[in-house]
Amino acid sequence: MISGILTRLLQGLGVMLVVGLLAFAVSTKLGDPVNNMLGQNATIEERESMRRELGLDQPFVVQYARYLGRVVQGRLGVSYRLGVPVGELLRERLPASVELSGMAMLLTLLVGVPFGIFTAIRRRSWLSRVILGGSLIGLSVPTFLIGLLLIFLFAVQLQWLPSSGRGEVVSLGPWTTGLLTASGLRSLLLPAITLALYSLALLLRLVRGELLDVLHSDHIRFARARGLPERSIHYRHGLRNALLPVITVAALQLGNLLAFSVVTETVFQWPGMGLLFLQAVQFVDVPVISSYLLLAAVAFVLINLVVDVSYRVLDPRVRSTVGGS
Amino acid sequence: MRRLPGVVLLGALLVVVPARAQTFRYASTGDLLTLDPHSADEALSNSFKNNIYEGLVRFNEKLEPEPALAVSWKAVNPTTWRFQLRKGVTFHDGTPFTADDVVFSWSRQKSKNSVMASHVSTIKSAKKIDDYTVEYVTEGPDPILLRNLTEHFIMSKTWCEQHATTEPVAGLSEETFATRHENGTGPFQVVERVPDTRTVLVPFPKWWDLPNKRYAITRAEFRPIANAATRLAALISGEVDLAYPVAPQDVARVEGQKGFRVIRRPELRVVFLGMDQWRDESLDMPGSKKNPFKDVRVRRAVYQAIDEEAIRAKVMRGMAAPTGLIIPENTEGYDAKLRERYPYDPAASRKLLAEAGYAAGFPVTLDCPNDRYINDEAICQSLVPMLARVGIKVTLNAQTKSKHFDKILRKSNNNTSLFLLGFSPETADAMATLLPVMTMKLEGSGAWNGGRYTNPKVEELVGQIRVEMDPEKRRKQIFEALKIHKEDFGHLPLHEQLIIWGARDTVDVVPDPRDRVQLRFVKMRQ
Repeated sequence: MISGILTRLLQGLGVMLVVGLLAFAVSTKLGDPVNNMLGQNATIEERESMRRELGLDQPFVVQYARYLGRVVQGRLGVSYRLGVPVGELLRERLPASVELSGMAMLLTLLVGVPFGIFTAIRRRSWLSRVILGGSLIGLSVPTFLIGLLLIFLFAVQLQWLPSSGRGEVVSLGPWTTGLLTASGLRSLLLPAITLALYSLALLLRLVRGELLDVLHSDHIRFARARGLPERSIHYRHGLRNALLPVITVAALQLGNLLAFSVVTETVFQWPGMGLLFLQAVQFVDVPVISSYLLLAAVAFVLINLVVDVSYRVLDPRVRSTVGGS
Repeated sequence: MRRLPGVVLLGALLVVVPARAQTFRYASTGDLLTLDPHSADEALSNSFKNNIYEGLVRFNEKLEPEPALAVSWKAVNPTTWRFQLRKGVTFHDGTPFTADDVVFSWSRQKSKNSVMASHVSTIKSAKKIDDYTVEYVTEGPDPILLRNLTEHFIMSKTWCEQHATTEPVAGLSEETFATRHENGTGPFQVVERVPDTRTVLVPFPKWWDLPNKRYAITRAEFRPIANAATRLAALISGEVDLAYPVAPQDVARVEGQKGFRVIRRPELRVVFLGMDQWRDESLDMPGSKKNPFKDVRVRRAVYQAIDEEAIRAKVMRGMAAPTGLIIPENTEGYDAKLRERYPYDPAASRKLLAEAGYAAGFPVTLDCPNDRYINDEAICQSLVPMLARVGIKVTLNAQTKSKHFDKILRKSNNNTSLFLLGFSPETADAMATLLPVMTMKLEGSGAWNGGRYTNPKVEELVGQIRVEMDPEKRRKQIFEALKIHKEDFGHLPLHEQLIIWGARDTVDVVPDPRDRVQLRFVKMRQ
């Protein structure tokens, strides 16, 4: 098991190298950061000298090598846009993103799984049809539109909830949280629902599909034949077997929620990493862009690792076959 | 009843209760990048500086220089200026303001790392004469010194030394204390700042100009809201009192809402087209050995093929003031006599093209930003069929501003044949456009001259305008240069875009033509 994890970590390192190269290559193709850093009054000579100072006049390979050297030493650089070390910036924005995606994940699980089970067991109920129809909206309507519709309804028309921002936050050491104040919780609601809707719909349909599959398999038929109660069949024998793929997808969705909440964060002016990333892209803030993408890669590698390990724990078949590969 | 979000309620509890009615909350597209006045030269950051920091001179609402931290000045000789400083001014931390702070701030703003250096670059040396007298010596006679001094921000020497921030940060250096803390002499001081969330200011009780104050607010909260629809929602739901900019297509929505109005006026910015006038062969006509834009008849033909009235009415929904002049109103050197546009006349345009040998037209790529000016991409899209009507086959290349500027400016060797640009002479003097946009040969020129327009007579005149101290004579020279440029069709001006702010009726504000909300001009009615 240990060697399996080590192998995974090594593979992860490879992934990071590739992502790092891609991230850097992409961010240097976004335009000229110097033009955004210096105002319009700067002369051609001043622009050139800034470019030299940042090393932007060097060939791509040299720039990438320098960047890699810095990252290996744990220095992510300083934001072109804000003049603040990137590590610090990401650390400041992390709590907002984690709380948003955490809440979205919670919604996804608490609503998606029960609804999925319900629609599988009560297939013909009218409520199931309504839920399934609703899940199609979650899958097909773009996030920004859902966000704007929610804002229009709950902030502008009903005026129940704030349209944007994170509300009042409380500092707990290096962490800031909006979960402890009324305004923080109220502010969290709309963006969390917006962000959750897609993964919720996805998970709901997945749970339903898997559970339906399992409920048609032989061991369930035998269980029915033995006269076991329906409850036990559905939850002990059915759901447990249906959950394995659900765990994988749910975990990957967590990665998605964490790394790609860019749209939701922008619509709601949520001061997390996604908003920071979008602003960085617009400004060609290369250190922030590449660091953010690296961080996203780290998150995915770790989540995948956790999924692999949990498989070994949950599924005896995996334990025996994949052991030391 | 309108519900206030919890943030505001909690925040309001921190100040005295009756103050709540005079809290001014406003929102714009982005956050200020830093509180350090010498570390960012970017629209929103610049718009904020004057709330906190001040210069020796400041602009009044007509963008004319008036005394601020200096009470008077005189030119001892053409290159030496003596400033009498205001007595009894204190910084927000209570330290008194003296000549040492001025000399220090000059060197800080001029230092290698400063991005605001251009505003003090003509000042060769600064000398303290006594505690309240400072002498600036300029490289040569400098007629726009005073205007530049409005952007020369004075910091406290003691404070900067105490907090080890005697130089601003630059690209790769580390953050300094002044990035997140301020200590100016200005009308407002920052009491809370959460980047990308809010910046809260309160009036500075010891501001020197308090007796003549024109603001009536007890607290200001600035919130960045990047998404235009969300920003509009925040305004209409009553979470903010003013939101800017409002897109032209949303103006009716704001005006239709009871208790809200739209504030508009022409911005200090002209949107125009530039053309490659230096390559012997157009980028879009490889192998032809021809560059149509080198011929003034072709440039004029493009101009007269553009129906600017249609752009104003349809694309801009009336939110533009068409102009034939490359510098906007409110600029020193502006002359309404030059404003008139050449008529829209496709027939004349086709005739000119035929005379120039392009009766069958020619292909050209139009470079355009899609997130910089109001409806910039839509303007360019409307130009495609207009130019097609006279035979010019336009391929539109619209992209994000970082890529657009990268392509059309010097770094990429002005890799463009035809481009859209909007330029604002921020010091409100014609020189701020003449030098970067309309000349190539002078020191420090050409940074925004994407088509490398140059005319020996204009170059000569701009060289004179740069050092001419007699205002009348100088205005004549500017007029002359602008006239030649207009007859050269050096660029093709389209319009001044309007600034469009959405506000509650209770907000009374003097809009700054540079699209800045100046808190010292904001009143909240009960």
